[in-house]
Amino acid sequence: MRQAFYNKLEQIAVKDKDVYILTANLGFKFFDNIRKNCPDQFIDVGVAEANMIGISSGLALSGKNVYCYSIIPFLTMRAYEQIRIDVAYHNLNVKLVGMGAGFTYGFEGYTHFGIEDMALMRAMPNMHVVVPDTIENAVKVAQLSYAYPFPLYIRLGRAGIKNRVGKDFGLEIGKGIILQEGKDIAIFAIGNMIEPALQASDILKSAGISATVINMHTLKPLDVELIKRCASSHKAVFSIEEHSIIGGLGSAISEVLAESSYGGVFRRIGIPETLDSKIIGTADYLWQAYGLDAGGIGKKIIGALEG
Amino acid sequence: MEIMNINQEDDIKKMEKISFQVRKNILSLVHKTKGPHVGSSFSCVEILVSLYFKFLNVSSKNPLDPRRDRFIFSKGHASPALYAVLYEGGFLTQDDLERFAVNGGVFQQHPDKDLSKGIEVSSGSLGHGLSVGAGMALASKRDGENHRVCVVISDGELNEGSIWEAVLFSAQHKLSNILLVIDYNKMQALGFTKDTLELDPLAAKFEAFGWGCREVDGHNFSTIIKVLEKVPFEKNKPSVIIAHTTKGKGVSFMENSLHWHYTCPNDEECRLALDELNNNMI
Repeated sequence: MRQAFYNKLEQIAVKDKDVYILTANLGFKFFDNIRKNCPDQFIDVGVAEANMIGISSGLALSGKNVYCYSIIPFLTMRAYEQIRIDVAYHNLNVKLVGMGAGFTYGFEGYTHFGIEDMALMRAMPNMHVVVPDTIENAVKVAQLSYAYPFPLYIRLGRAGIKNRVGKDFGLEIGKGIILQEGKDIAIFAIGNMIEPALQASDILKSAGISATVINMHTLKPLDVELIKRCASSHKAVFSIEEHSIIGGLGSAISEVLAESSYGGVFRRIGIPETLDSKIIGTADYLWQAYGLDAGGIGKKIIGALEG
Repeated sequence: MEIMNINQEDDIKKMEKISFQVRKNILSLVHKTKGPHVGSSFSCVEILVSLYFKFLNVSSKNPLDPRRDRFIFSKGHASPALYAVLYEGGFLTQDDLERFAVNGGVFQQHPDKDLSKGIEVSSGSLGHGLSVGAGMALASKRDGENHRVCVVISDGELNEGSIWEAVLFSAQHKLSNILLVIDYNKMQALGFTKDTLELDPLAAKFEAFGWGCREVDGHNFSTIIKVLEKVPFEKNKPSVIIAHTTKGKGVSFMENSLHWHYTCPNDEECRLALDELNNNMI
C-alpha cells in the first residue's frame, strides 16, 4: 500500500516541482524512486519530527504542496503541538502520511502502534482525516490529496490488501462507500477493518443476518448524512476500527446517533483502552486476540443483537 | 519605512527616537490591557527597530510582495514590542493598537498570522519559529529566490528541543539566507537562565553546530547595525546574532527583575516608568 502510494506521488512530483516530500528518517527503500527522479523535492530531515512539521509549514507558506511521512505515533504524537499550530492553525497545504494503522507493526510493539491517532487528529481544527483500505484506494488518495488544499492526515495500514470486491466504487473524500447492501444491520468500517468486516458479513449471512457494509474511509469531514440514512433503515449499527474505541470512528458515529432520533442498537468494535502487554504477535495474531478478525467481529455482532 | 542611509549618526538618532516611541507604546499597551511580558518586550526593542529599519526588505506599502524578506517573531509573548514596531513601520494604525487585547479586538496577546499587517506566522508557543523559518529559507533557496528569513527568539526558547533540531537542519542544508537573533536577556519565566538550563557558552554551541555567530550589545544601535551589515557571516552557513540584552530595558526598576516578566504596572508604576522614558529621551 505504502509503495503504491509513493509510486503515485512520484508521478505527481515529477510533473510538479512544488510538491515536496519529507520524511523523518523512515521509509527505507520506499523513497528510492522519488530520491532518484526528483531529488530537490525530497528531504530526509533526520529523526526530528517536530522540526519536520515546522519545515513543512515554512515550505507550505512559500507555496509548496508538502507531504510529511513517518510512523503514526512519531508523526502524530511526537509533533502534535507543531501540527496544531504550524499546520492546522495556519490551515496549510500539508499532508501528513502516517504508516502503521493499529497493530500493523505487530512484533514492533506498542511504541509503533497507531491506536490513538484518529482521536487526536479528528479533534484538531482544520484537520481532515482519510484512511484508505486497499492498494487501489491508497493510489486514489495520493491523487486526490494532491489537489486537496487543506491539512490532511492520511492513515496508511497493511501492505498488500487488494480490492476483493473487484469493483471500483470511486473514492471521494468525505463520502462513505456502501460496499454491499443488507437489510438488518449496518456496519461502518474503516481502513484495515474493511476486509474483516466483509468477511464477518459472510459469517453473519450464514446466521441469517443481512448486513450493509460501508467503507467509512473519511473520518473527517464525516459523512453524517450517510450515517443517518443507514441508521434509519437498519435496526442495528456497528462501527469497526483498528483504533482505540475512544475517540475514533465509533465515537464519531455515536455522536451523530446520540444527537439524532436513532433508537436502535449501536456498538463500537475496536481496540480496548488498555492493551495486555503479555499479548505479543503479528497483526493477525493481535486481531484475533482482541476480537478484530472476522470471527471475533461476527461473534461480537451476534452477541450484541442477542443482547 | 526605510531610514535614509546618509549619515549613520543621524540614523541612530532617528532609531533611538523610534525606540522611545516603541517603549511608550509597549507601556501603554501593557498597562491598558493589564497584560504580562513588559520586561520581555522592552528587551527586544533595539533588535526589532534595527531589523525593521536597517535590515529587512519589507514594506507596509506592499506587505504581500513575494520578494519580501520573511520575519518570524517566535517569542510571541513579547507581542506588544512587535505591534509597536509594526506601528512605527506603517503596518498598523493607531486604531489597530487600540484594539489590542480587548473584547472584539484585532490582536491577541500572541500574534496571529496576518500578512496585510506584516505578521508572517502565528506564534506564542515557544520553539516553533526557527523550524518554520528554515522551511521558508529552504523554499527560497530551491526556488532560486533572494529573499531572506529572519527569526527572533528568546533565550528561554533555547530550552526547546525543536530549536536544536532546526539548528542542525539549517546548517545541514547550508541555509545562509537565514538569520537567527537571540534576545539573550538571561531571564526566563521562573528565574535566571543560568539557574534553569545554563546556555553558556552559547556562541561556542552555535559555532560547533556549524553556524556563523556574532555577539552584540542588543541595545547598542551602532554595533547591531555593523553586525547586520555583515550577514551572512560565513559562506554557506546560517547566521546567528546573540544579542546580549537587559530584561525590562529602559525603565530602571523593571530592569533585570523577574517581577516584570508577568506583572503589569499599576497606574503609579506606569507614570514612573513613563517619566523615566521621557527624561532619558530629553
